[in-house]
Amino acid sequence: MNQRLPSAPARDSAFRRAVRRVALLRESPVGMIGAGIVLFWVLVAVLAPLIAPFEPNATYHPYARPGAGHVGGGTFWLGADMIGRDILSRIIWGTRTVLVYAPLATFSAYVLGILMGLAAGYKRGWVDEVLSRLGDVLLSFPVLVLYIIVIATVGASGVNIVIAITVAGAPGVMRIVRGLTLEIGSRDFVAAARLRGEPAWYIMAVEILPNARGPLIVDACLRLGYVTITIGVLGFLGLGLPPPDADWGSMINQARGVAMAFPHMTVFPCIAISSLVLGFNLLADGLREISLRD
Amino acid sequence: MAVFVLRRLGTMAITMFAVSVLVFLLLEISPGSVATKVLGPYSTDEQRTLWLEAHGYFQPLWVRYGNWLWNFVNGDFGDSLRFKVPVSEILWPRLANTAILGLVTFAVMIPVSLVLGVAAGMREGSRLDRAISVTSIVTTSVPEFASAVFLSAVFVFWLKWLPGTSGMAEGFSFKELILPVLVLVIYDMGYVARMTRASMADVMTTPYIRTAVLKGLPYGRVIVRHALRNALIAPFTVIMLQINWLLSGVIVVEFFFAYKGFGALLLEASLNQDIFVIEACAMVAVFVAVATQTIADVGYAFLNPKIRFG
Repeated sequence: MNQRLPSAPARDSAFRRAVRRVALLRESPVGMIGAGIVLFWVLVAVLAPLIAPFEPNATYHPYARPGAGHVGGGTFWLGADMIGRDILSRIIWGTRTVLVYAPLATFSAYVLGILMGLAAGYKRGWVDEVLSRLGDVLLSFPVLVLYIIVIATVGASGVNIVIAITVAGAPGVMRIVRGLTLEIGSRDFVAAARLRGEPAWYIMAVEILPNARGPLIVDACLRLGYVTITIGVLGFLGLGLPPPDADWGSMINQARGVAMAFPHMTVFPCIAISSLVLGFNLLADGLREISLRD
Repeated sequence: MAVFVLRRLGTMAITMFAVSVLVFLLLEISPGSVATKVLGPYSTDEQRTLWLEAHGYFQPLWVRYGNWLWNFVNGDFGDSLRFKVPVSEILWPRLANTAILGLVTFAVMIPVSLVLGVAAGMREGSRLDRAISVTSIVTTSVPEFASAVFLSAVFVFWLKWLPGTSGMAEGFSFKELILPVLVLVIYDMGYVARMTRASMADVMTTPYIRTAVLKGLPYGRVIVRHALRNALIAPFTVIMLQINWLLSGVIVVEFFFAYKGFGALLLEASLNQDIFVIEACAMVAVFVAVATQTIADVGYAFLNPKIRFG
């Protein structure tokens, strides 16, 4: 690994190059820990039906303390909530909720943000002016205020949450992409492509975007963590996904009234969400460290 | 400089105007739903029509917006549907409570995060630097509601040192302010500390710092007299922009600790469809955010001699 050959690996397949990039992460212990945490939660989400000891929405023994046994066999390792649902099973199933909605919302914010950013940075002129001003207006809202008024107006549902996060997140992505596009767009290979007579969409998609991927991947990772928090916060404020399906934020919201007497109902979902966000942030930090190195 | 300030104020006015259009469209585009919110779901069509007629809702959209904006600028936000009093009567006291919370948070957060950031950035890559950096990642990874849960589990449930709610039912109580402030400080501190660290690390690599060290000045003096002056310009902007984040944070914290502030008011109003309170709160929140951004920009230009004399 240490004695890299000087020849350029030009003919490698895209897959092999991707594998080598991931292997680079081994050089950053912080990034490895982050990747490990994220991988752990992904596995939990995938294996949910196999590892959850109870049905997530079935009611068993209200207010069971952590470690209490169930009459029909089994143990409530993390206790049960006010109506007797097993907290461990709900956390396990809730992983699916967050790992579906957070990447989905982040991805759609990225698609919109990249389109806007490329257009603003490449076309410049009035397109840039209009898009940037629009972005400034949206960014001037304190995010949570925007979410609350939008979701309280249109109603809380999975789709609406994704739309709200997309609209609020896209301007931030746009700013980054715009800056990168302005910088990359002034390079020689872009001028060459323009002289070849390539259409604008080709230059944006094939020449500019792939060269902007480094900072975007780091930002996407940070944003994933932030969107995870947002989904948690919305659930916690009672604006999350409709019941009864397990969702970490909503679990905390529902148990809020009795949390002072039964902290296990709120503490464990909070540990779950904090560790997942920490995983994303450590991963982002590791990726940034590596990208700065070369 | 004066031109710059005027231009920033102009941008601020335009942004506020755009935001007001957005808020108005979002909440009032359909008069029918406004009437339903005001009169309740069991009102008859006739009642709704009468109400709409009496309040000028059959005028064209832009006339309605003009009237709405005029009333708003004059401080008339309409009546709260839930409390049956003018919105301004409940808004200002709540805003004052949140200002107290925010000021105490900043008074704690700024010195702590600046000291941490400077200490970390002074010797980049040292053990102290790494420890502070990792800690700041951890603290920014824990959402406000989660640290509120953790802190109350320890200090309220287990140690029983602090009250679990901050309703201030028996007048102002400093004890009830501790947990909300702590939660906000923990979440916001990491970011400011990281930015200060980056700025400090940047300054430490400049030639004039190396000159100062090489000509034999004591290290402490190099830091305080030479490095800090330039290193603290960037964090100033970050701290001002942090107010925008704080506005989101106070909603969570006030809800959790039942603190009677502005954030809790906005949330309650949204959950209860108290439409005129939502509008007023949204506009005030954005005004605070935009105003602090403007102050940050102008302040940055004023503090940075490169721009001031440029």
